[in-house]
Amino acid sequence: MDFAFTEEQLMIRESAIAFLQNVSDSESIRKAMATDQGYDEAVWASLCQELYLQAITVPEDFGGLGLGFVELVAVMEQMGQYLLCAPFFSTVCLAATAVRLAGNDDQQADFFAKLLEGETSALAFTSNTYFNSKGVEVTYKKVGDQFVLNGEYRYVVDGHTAKNLVLVAREEGSVKHDGLAFFIVPADTQGITRQWLPTVDQTRKMATITLDNLMLDAASLMQENAVDVFHHVLDLATITLAAEQVGGAQKALDLTVEYTKERVQFNRPVASFQSVKHKAADMMTRVEAARSGVYYAACVADDALNAGPLADELKEAASIVKAAASEAYFQNAGDAIQLHGGVGFTWEYDVHMYFKRAKASEHFLGNAAYHRERLAKDLLGE
Amino acid sequence: MKLTFSKADEAFRQEVVSWLDAHLVGEFEQLKFRGGPGDEHMFPEERKRWEQTLAEGGWIGLGWPKEAGGRGCSIEQQVIFYEEYARAGAPGRVGHIGEGLAGPTIAAFGSDEQKQKYLPGILNGTELWCQGYSEPSAGSDLANVKTKARFDETKGKWIINGQKVWTSLAHESDYIFVIARTDPDSVAHKGLGFFLMKMDQSGIDVRPIEQITGTSEFNEVFFDEAECEAEDIVGKPGDGWKVAMGLLGFERGVSTLGQQMAFQNELNDVIAAAKANGAANDPVIRQRIAKAHEGLKIMRYNSMRTLSHDASDGALHKEALMYKLYWATWHRDLGELAMDVLGMECDVLEEAPYELTRLQSMYLFVRSDTIYGGTNQIQRNIIAERGLGMPKEPKVTIKA
Repeated sequence: MDFAFTEEQLMIRESAIAFLQNVSDSESIRKAMATDQGYDEAVWASLCQELYLQAITVPEDFGGLGLGFVELVAVMEQMGQYLLCAPFFSTVCLAATAVRLAGNDDQQADFFAKLLEGETSALAFTSNTYFNSKGVEVTYKKVGDQFVLNGEYRYVVDGHTAKNLVLVAREEGSVKHDGLAFFIVPADTQGITRQWLPTVDQTRKMATITLDNLMLDAASLMQENAVDVFHHVLDLATITLAAEQVGGAQKALDLTVEYTKERVQFNRPVASFQSVKHKAADMMTRVEAARSGVYYAACVADDALNAGPLADELKEAASIVKAAASEAYFQNAGDAIQLHGGVGFTWEYDVHMYFKRAKASEHFLGNAAYHRERLAKDLLGE
Repeated sequence: MKLTFSKADEAFRQEVVSWLDAHLVGEFEQLKFRGGPGDEHMFPEERKRWEQTLAEGGWIGLGWPKEAGGRGCSIEQQVIFYEEYARAGAPGRVGHIGEGLAGPTIAAFGSDEQKQKYLPGILNGTELWCQGYSEPSAGSDLANVKTKARFDETKGKWIINGQKVWTSLAHESDYIFVIARTDPDSVAHKGLGFFLMKMDQSGIDVRPIEQITGTSEFNEVFFDEAECEAEDIVGKPGDGWKVAMGLLGFERGVSTLGQQMAFQNELNDVIAAAKANGAANDPVIRQRIAKAHEGLKIMRYNSMRTLSHDASDGALHKEALMYKLYWATWHRDLGELAMDVLGMECDVLEEAPYELTRLQSMYLFVRSDTIYGGTNQIQRNIIAERGLGMPKEPKVTIKA
């Protein structure tokens, strides 16, 4: 049993930190978030070309680094901490995971080659506020050798800028877990309309994607009757998102400790008051608890991809860490505003950016209540 | 990261499981799931015999170094033992203060004579120990110890006067380790001594404390000219605080996974109760059950993280620093959840005059978890100061 990062994993993390310190300071975040696109292409290019972070989980057979979710989680945690504005989560954690699980060899080879070049992708699947099969309302039907897709996706992370789209649709007339299929398509295909969806959290961009008789041939179909793959993709992505939330929750705490140590009232640093210290202690407790969960879940994710001994724990681990990390991030960000006092309410200080990202991340892929109900069903044997 | 155990460790697990299966029978059958927190006063004689049975099986002193008579087992094997011990429902240990605290302290700081005199009795399960730390005016402020020790030249012994409180198992114990003030003019953590004392003497009086549960596993211990042999001070007069704090370092969390297994048994009881009475259909209860499960799993992952750290630097990492606050608060919440699952039935006693059900007993007893061993408030101070580097509260002096 060894529940710690290896030297190699620590090196990946350290190089990510060194990079993020340079490209994702407050000024850079603010510049990126003010654009519709939401990221700086030069930053994304150097992330891909110099650090090769998009290649972490790409299998070696396809030219990638062939590393696992422990490495991915280590990087995502830091991206959350530095609030990086980049299409990494959408491309690597969502779309690439879907292609890896649902695509055939040719589709994977094609997709991963583009990914290694730095081409961005997005995963579109929900049309409402459910992040499970209940959310899939876009339909497809077979017409001869072709598939015709219709409907509207919401909350597609980086959907308006991605070069490729992975689409989840259900066969016309199917319900619940039946009839789900994965398709892959260039985003500029005729029949696809993409619209940026302005959001409170400006550091992660979302889009609405409308399909109007989108005609796809068999080569675009990745998998039919794919509900199991669908759940796996979401569970794996959920673990990476939780890692990012842990990083954000840590940053909210760091900002608070730093500020309260400097801020003097009643002739004392505010940080010397027990009411402030105790809140900060609770913030640290939450973030460390969630972090322990996330590191464990990353190991579970690797086992799930490699049929390891912990593979069966994927669903449970994903729900545990999403619930814990969602609460840790939002509560820490809220406490950070409170402990900053008036300046925490300003646009000038960075706290609000974390507060907004925290709420959006809490709901994306299901909030704590959703994941606890999912756990409860299994615990109560229903 | 690698979260699974080696083949050799799994073989060790099998050895533990088979031994417990073969020995937790006969008069020990009735001890299953007994003697834990809130139930520590039950079956003292049987549990003392169980200690000796454990000793015969070689299960006491697993983590002690070989030169102290222990088995020098790896962290993994100790974890496995505690896990399987709790899973089997083996009883709360009456020897845990000797094995976990007194023994390792004597092994680390004691003289050769003290080691020869005391370690064998702990390892063979015949001699039980209790801990004399807290006092009426030294709770959270542990260094405010008032109990006094003076050396009587004519008797050639240390003479102890004062009072200890919250001493669990004092009435069953053969020995007590005590911190007392050797320098009467000293304050706080200076001028203390660490003493090993026999309980069976006229100068020591044990009085049970009747607790919120109506039961009494804690005691007050009064010292009135009590005697301690000259050679039974650990270290020198004035070293007491250093020895006492060194003792805290021995608890590195190997037992936490076993404690969590006991928590799991309690949570299973709560879930079973919810399914039986229909509370499992209440959406709020469902959320709370799931959250309890989530917290318990996270404790497990957190302990694995702690145990994987190289301990040689003696540093307490952040996840270890917050663990007491986390589990104590979790356990308190579980007690409340248990009662809320039962609904109005939570108020009905097992039997008059005051026989509590297991869940009721747990619910009441867990109120102590957030108080003993450093209250939640003290824990938060420690986390903020040591984990986050926030400044100490300025001291206020009250004039007498």
